[in-house]
Amino acid sequence: MDSPNILEIKDLHTSFFTDSGVVKAVNGVSLNVPRGKITGLVGESGCGKSMTAKSVMGLVRNPGRIESGSILLDGKELVGLPEKELRKLCGDEVSMIFQEPMTSLNPVIRVGRQVEEALRIHGGISSHAEARKMVVEMFQKVGIPEPEERYSAYPHELSGGLRQRVMIAMAMIRNPKLLIADEPTTALDVTVEAQILRLMKQLCEEQGMSVLIITHNMGVVAEICDEVYVMYAGRIVEKASVFSLFDNTAHPYTQGLLASIPGLYDNPEYLHTISGVVPNLKRLPSGCAFHPRCEKAFGRCSEEQPGLYPVEEGHLCSCFLSERQ
Amino acid sequence: MNENRTEVILRAEKLTKHFLTKKKQIVHALNEADLTLYKGETLAVVGESGCGKSTLGRTLIRLLPATSGKVLLNGQDITAMKEKEFRPLRRKMQMVFQDPYASLDPRMNVRDLIAEPLVTWHVTGTAAETNDKVLGLMEKVGLPGEFLTRYPHQFSGGQRQRIGIARAIALDPDILICDEPVSALDVSVQSQILNLLKRLRKEMRLTSIFIGHDLSVIHFIADRVCVMFLGTICEVAPKDELYSRPRHPYTEFLLDAIPQADPHRRTREKKLIKGEVPSPVHLPEGCCFQTRCPYADERCRSEKPALTERDGHSVACFHPLY
Repeated sequence: MDSPNILEIKDLHTSFFTDSGVVKAVNGVSLNVPRGKITGLVGESGCGKSMTAKSVMGLVRNPGRIESGSILLDGKELVGLPEKELRKLCGDEVSMIFQEPMTSLNPVIRVGRQVEEALRIHGGISSHAEARKMVVEMFQKVGIPEPEERYSAYPHELSGGLRQRVMIAMAMIRNPKLLIADEPTTALDVTVEAQILRLMKQLCEEQGMSVLIITHNMGVVAEICDEVYVMYAGRIVEKASVFSLFDNTAHPYTQGLLASIPGLYDNPEYLHTISGVVPNLKRLPSGCAFHPRCEKAFGRCSEEQPGLYPVEEGHLCSCFLSERQ
Repeated sequence: MNENRTEVILRAEKLTKHFLTKKKQIVHALNEADLTLYKGETLAVVGESGCGKSTLGRTLIRLLPATSGKVLLNGQDITAMKEKEFRPLRRKMQMVFQDPYASLDPRMNVRDLIAEPLVTWHVTGTAAETNDKVLGLMEKVGLPGEFLTRYPHQFSGGQRQRIGIARAIALDPDILICDEPVSALDVSVQSQILNLLKRLRKEMRLTSIFIGHDLSVIHFIADRVCVMFLGTICEVAPKDELYSRPRHPYTEFLLDAIPQADPHRRTREKKLIKGEVPSPVHLPEGCCFQTRCPYADERCRSEKPALTERDGHSVACFHPLY
């Protein structure tokens, strides 16, 4: 209500206690999702971006658990809430869409029915006729052609793009305050990806919905995000508005990542590379987790964990080089 | 591009591959593809999932038998050959696969994995000789020699792909087919593998076919690009020409759809494609793209456009953009 952010995550630690050691998947992440905006959380595989989202939804399963930190959804604390209350709260106010729509849809139930289920459990609508009408309207809104007929289709009868539209319809139908989209377009072809991104942006603008989009694709970030968080080895390394992030990239990791992407307008002989590989989260390097791969690392980087330093207004960077500025 | 532009190494003529479904329906995976591969070049084949690009790659090197049409390797028709005749040629054409997790035997260590093609083809005699050759190959692809006795599960995705590449180049092939070799990798690792492929190509004077769906990656690696849709080749052109002046409407849609890592370009006018990809079981009449094409007319709906060349730029469309 008073806070400008629908979601506020503060110093979140989520770890997995495995036989071979503790995996610090989320290692002190703080993140805000402002109302009515699209916020991006970007990073490579294993950086903890999906686990951050799962922590919000209470989907962290054994041997993982949230160790400490706070997650405020619309001002209400989620960490430590009993499962039943968390499900009620999240179910009513947060929706999540996943990367692979085929594995998140039940293959033996007609898609219309599955979307309807969301309405009945959380939307308080019990009449089948009324629910069906709402589902068909929603299908229309997300651009599913012939929505009446598609209502009775099974997931395998739909293409990947249509399945993802069904997932979006399911997520949107209860008018959630927050939509968490975990790699929503990664399994889709580029032409379909462009359609889905446009749809998400349009729905966000029309309904004033807040979106947290998790992706590894800097192109997707540049296309639709307002605010961006860059994650590396369980930590936020840079936070900025999308324009500031691309125009005034501060963290050496973000710089390396952006430089590694082949561009459409230049013809370099070779691409920039980041040497080495992502560290094992069970054995994180001392100091800054990126220092073994960083071209600009100096003595202090291996000894001390950098804080988040301001680069410019609303732009933070976790690198000692930014501290000096 | 390259000086040997005129020397043809591989040519496909009306190459067609059909599969049968369980219900005995015909899947038209590849339809009468005409394609020429010149010596020393990298030809990229691009298209969306299910467009037949992998089928094209595999049928070209006879990993899949063609339903009809011909493939000429240095002028010899390899589709008509008996297996025995073809076998000596097989080593000349090697493949790098997409999924480095699935394409390496988990019970073989790096030495055995890379030595397998050498031993199979009796390239090296003694074990010591094989070892030397394996170490040489590892160095070439950027794998430290001390990894010799490690197993695939001990490597990251990028390193596994390096093993796959070492296997593919072990026999000094003339043609290397790379089927989505970087699609399963993270961006920072992807650039390492792309650089490696580009360097090897130069050092070994390789001719290669690079199958992919990411147009930014293809822009980096290719000399020429072939665009496919629904089992049909739509357009073939030199890279710069294709990206700056696409002639086929589908190519233009593809280029427009790429999410670009530059927020200042997000407001650009984007043409988005409408509708769904038709089923390869029931191909549309006429042009394969007519059901989604904004320029389609009567002729497109009844007649199939042939791939026609003008100044080294081929397009299969009655209403090309240029």
